[in-house]
Amino acid sequence: MTERNITVPFSKETASSLRSGDYVYLTGTIFVARDAAHKRMYEALQNHQPLPFDVNGQTIYYMGPSPAREGRPIGSAGPTTAGRMDRYTPSLLDLGLYGMIGKGKRTEEVKASIVKNGAVYFAAVGGAGALLSKCIKKSETIAYPDLGAEAILKLEVENFPVIVVIDSEGNDLYADVMASLS
Amino acid sequence: MARIIHTETITAAVKEMCIEANLFLSPDMTKAMQQATENESSTLGKKILLQLQENLEIAGKEQIPICQDTGMAVVFLEIGQEVSLNGPLLEDAVNEGVRQGYTEGYLRKSVVSDPLLRENTKDNTPAVIHTSIVAGDKIKITVAPKGFGSENMSRIFMLKPADGIDGVKQAVLQAIKDAGPNACPPIVVGVGIGGTFEKCALLAKHALTREIGVPSPLPHIAALEKELLASANQLGIGPGGLGGTQSALSVAVDTYPTHIAGLPVAVNICCHVNRHVTREL
Repeated sequence: MTERNITVPFSKETASSLRSGDYVYLTGTIFVARDAAHKRMYEALQNHQPLPFDVNGQTIYYMGPSPAREGRPIGSAGPTTAGRMDRYTPSLLDLGLYGMIGKGKRTEEVKASIVKNGAVYFAAVGGAGALLSKCIKKSETIAYPDLGAEAILKLEVENFPVIVVIDSEGNDLYADVMASLS
Repeated sequence: MARIIHTETITAAVKEMCIEANLFLSPDMTKAMQQATENESSTLGKKILLQLQENLEIAGKEQIPICQDTGMAVVFLEIGQEVSLNGPLLEDAVNEGVRQGYTEGYLRKSVVSDPLLRENTKDNTPAVIHTSIVAGDKIKITVAPKGFGSENMSRIFMLKPADGIDGVKQAVLQAIKDAGPNACPPIVVGVGIGGTFEKCALLAKHALTREIGVPSPLPHIAALEKELLASANQLGIGPGGLGGTQSALSVAVDTYPTHIAGLPVAVNICCHVNRHVTREL
């Protein structure tokens, strides 16, 4: 198991150097969007409207936090199932999105788009929302506040633990595990 | 003589139970997670389980929900038929408890009012309430907040009687395999066999609230549970779906009489944050 520390946003070179199975600690800035925000961003693109933030070179975390207690940046903050975003993902990857953090399987279409655009899909540990919240130092709502837990956030993270599941060459750790299932 | 219970006491209990369930895993689940951590043979799998142990500690100590998906509140009410309810309508009283618990407990509001229009109700109501009338003069309340990463991977199979026990085993293992990493393994599996379409789904849901490690009182079903758990763990899905020996913590099967023409099987999958709190009033 290779362990690496990288800063986000990361370069195209870094994205292409990450390998399926790598254990990575992310430090820097990431954006949060889940179902309803993806639907809105997708509709904005369909209508030739600008997105609420420039996704080029950025990483999106599929997550909807629980409310923050006083004095804390965020509540529980673990990953949600990435597959629900699959319908909207290739359009964002084509705009230069480099990284996605979630949990669970992606479609072949998303996998092909990851390879085409040299991106990477990370998994965070599902159900570790309290632990992961400790790695989030700052949280700011930057768009769609009316969506509540589904608003778009900008996060500052420190040593946020993730595992590379799908790398820029299309290697897929989940598929490897599933293929080996008895 | 009927025993009078004011429904406002139900509101107060449900409120506390929603918060408790989301911050503290029940002792049986905690123990099952500790055992899984000890038994896991994959290095990455063990690392993930250790993170989940740490997560449980942080959740309890710092009052951060174990998982950000604090669920849709499923509430089972077993009402003794000698009880007389006073006060606001029972369903309103339960929903008021959910509203207060989710708002004051800093829990996520994850419910939309219409499945197609999808506007958030902003207080996590309504709950899904299952009421049954039982003997006695007490009310037993079980609050089981259900996350949807695993709920989405649940399945129902309308098998033929000829499919028999092998068909049941195949269906359950297929559901577990298809869920793979999406359901946040190691998972807890609730299985309902028999009844009608909706009855077997309810059996499966209720089976998830059974204490981990307690087998079915029916010997042939207890044997089936044991075999399914062993088979599930041989699949190799592992913690987080990244490979390993600990894929499921428990398989609980509940049954009900069914029709001569049918063999309904429901598989309700829950992640390792299988939350349930029970109180008696």
